[in-house]
Amino acid sequence: MMQPVIRVAGLGKSYETAAGLFPALKGVDLDVRPGEFIAIMGPSGSGKSTFMNLLGCLDTPTVGDYFLAGENVAHMDKDALALLRNRTLGFVFQGFNLLPRMSLQDNVALPLVYAGVDRETRQAKARELLAKVGLGNYAESLPNRISGGQQQRVAIARALVNEPRLILADEPTGNLDSHTSEEIMRLFEELNGEGITIVLVTHEPDIAAHCKRQVRFLDGQIVSDQLTGDSA
Amino acid sequence: MIHPMLGEAWLAMGANRLRTALTMLGMVIGVGAVVIMMAIGQGAQYAVQQTISTMGSNLFIVLSGSFTTAGVRSGSAGAPTLNVADAQTIAELDGVVNVAPTHQGTRQLVYGSQNWSSQVIGTTPEYLDARAWSIVNGAGFGDSDVRSATRVAIIGKTVAENLFGDDDPVGKTMRIQQNPFIVIGVLGSKGQNLDGRDQDDTVIIPLTTAQRKVFGTPFLGSVRMIMVQAESAETMPRTMESVTSLLRQRHRLREGVPDDFFMRNLSAAAESEAETTRTMSILLGAIASISLLVGGIGIMNIMLVSVTERTREIGIRMAIGARQRDILSQFLLEAVMISFAGCLLGLLLGLAIALAINAFTGMVIVISGSAALIAFVVAAGVGIFFGWYPAQKAARLDPIEALRYQ
Ligand SMILES: Nc1ncnc2c1ncn2[C@@H]1O[C@H](COP(=O)(O)OP(=O)(O)OP(=O)(O)O)[C@@H](O)[C@H]1O
Ligand SMILES: [Mg+2]
Repeated sequence: MMQPVIRVAGLGKSYETAAGLFPALKGVDLDVRPGEFIAIMGPSGSGKSTFMNLLGCLDTPTVGDYFLAGENVAHMDKDALALLRNRTLGFVFQGFNLLPRMSLQDNVALPLVYAGVDRETRQAKARELLAKVGLGNYAESLPNRISGGQQQRVAIARALVNEPRLILADEPTGNLDSHTSEEIMRLFEELNGEGITIVLVTHEPDIAAHCKRQVRFLDGQIVSDQLTGDSA
Repeated sequence: MIHPMLGEAWLAMGANRLRTALTMLGMVIGVGAVVIMMAIGQGAQYAVQQTISTMGSNLFIVLSGSFTTAGVRSGSAGAPTLNVADAQTIAELDGVVNVAPTHQGTRQLVYGSQNWSSQVIGTTPEYLDARAWSIVNGAGFGDSDVRSATRVAIIGKTVAENLFGDDDPVGKTMRIQQNPFIVIGVLGSKGQNLDGRDQDDTVIIPLTTAQRKVFGTPFLGSVRMIMVQAESAETMPRTMESVTSLLRQRHRLREGVPDDFFMRNLSAAAESEAETTRTMSILLGAIASISLLVGGIGIMNIMLVSVTERTREIGIRMAIGARQRDILSQFLLEAVMISFAGCLLGLLLGLAIALAINAFTGMVIVISGSAALIAFVVAAGVGIFFGWYPAQKAARLDPIEALRYQ
């Protein structure tokens, strides 16, 4: 059996609020093996985003352990986390989060800047990925010149630019219509087909149906975890 | 790493051009003010130094004062209280190097169809030694010229240019008060004195000739001024004291009767002038630096606004792998670039204004490389110092909080 990409054990996160500590995540255990395609579902406020932010090394847990590619990242310092966000995983947001003043190509190339890659390689790589997501002709456009679906493709290209083996996406289709959502999901399926592990959050059963495994959250805990359709 | 960030800083600066320009303006004015003030201050110091070096060293003058006859005080228009014999006895005192009695006034000079008004100084040959004034063309006059009141003249550069033009003045005859004088020498240039008077606009003639032919004084042998050169700055006060007691004795002034002459220490006056300009130059620089400080605070203010406005951008950058030091250097670089660009423009503006001041007012300005260097170091320092806090603030943001910022 292959080593899991993600192993989460007893992971918990509490937020400090005016009313005291609020436990948004209460002891979550989960293993994600290479090549998996997981949908995380659950009602609003059940802790899905909290969990994804922890997986994405954007936040640190209050308790528990998180092994990413075999390394415990739960207590790493900020620079080490930044390095993981840069190289080991790619994060896709609901709101795309492209930098508005930069061309699509520069947006896609930005993680390479922080990886210390030279200019020529950055440009070549960014163009290659824009072509891969079907936006090869838009390299010099600004983000506000293209549609939401196209912006999300650019964001996915950016997440892929450092060739991570793991993509995390928090409601990547939340701002898109159902037709565009289908297109984005087909892109994810394609990437998964290439062996990239994908974990995404969604409220839509239609979207979750594209995934091979569905994990359901409720009140900061996992309440169900099942394989879907043909993979079951 | 720095290279792509330079481009980004440039983009960020261009994103809000008016704001960047206004922020820069603070630095432009600050650095410009420092450059101008330093140019003027150093110029003033240079001018004073220059003047002092042309004046001659360790000089003091004795001026004839009023004397009282039966309760009636005559003003300086009355008979002078000093005379040539006074000068001769002063010359015998210890610690005195040169003594030159002088009589001077402004007179019209005529040569051919040209005429020129100039200061005429009647004196003895020692005058040129005391003032360390050389003759660049021709020769000076001697004691025999003074004894026999010959009509010879040594002229300054300004007089030579205005009266004789391209002609060689030596050997030519000019007129002062209708009297023909043969020009025997031309003095080296000294430029302005401390009061701003052109020292080269001068004619020097033998004292006796001046008294008899030019100023027509009824009191032959009396002089209005005696210039004395002491051995050194240290012995000067002692020398002045012995001159005082000598003159009081010679003028038969009883105890309690005030001096009938004044003394003025020219070298000390020059020193205090130099001190004044030094202080002024420091003061000007200090005042100008305040505007530089204000410019720096402007940068800090704008960078703080910028960090707040771009919180989300910072969050995105962090999410894709920017480390704290990447964010820090990004904002620091922006602050330093604004500061530097402002500094460069300020430097050019300051130089242009300083040169314009020099061109239109003739004020001496000194532009030193060190002033420009200081301005640049200060600009970089201001950029880093005032950019540090906002950049630090940006770098310390929490990625999740920053991403959530609307
Ligand atoms: N920074 C925070 N401070 C305090 N409470 C927070 C914070 N972030 C999240 N919470 C709380 O934690 C709980 C879980 O939030 P989370 O965003 O993980 O839910 P979610 O499952 O992603 O919901 P949604 O489907 O609406 O996105 C919520 O009750 C929320 O109010
Ligand atoms: Mg959420």
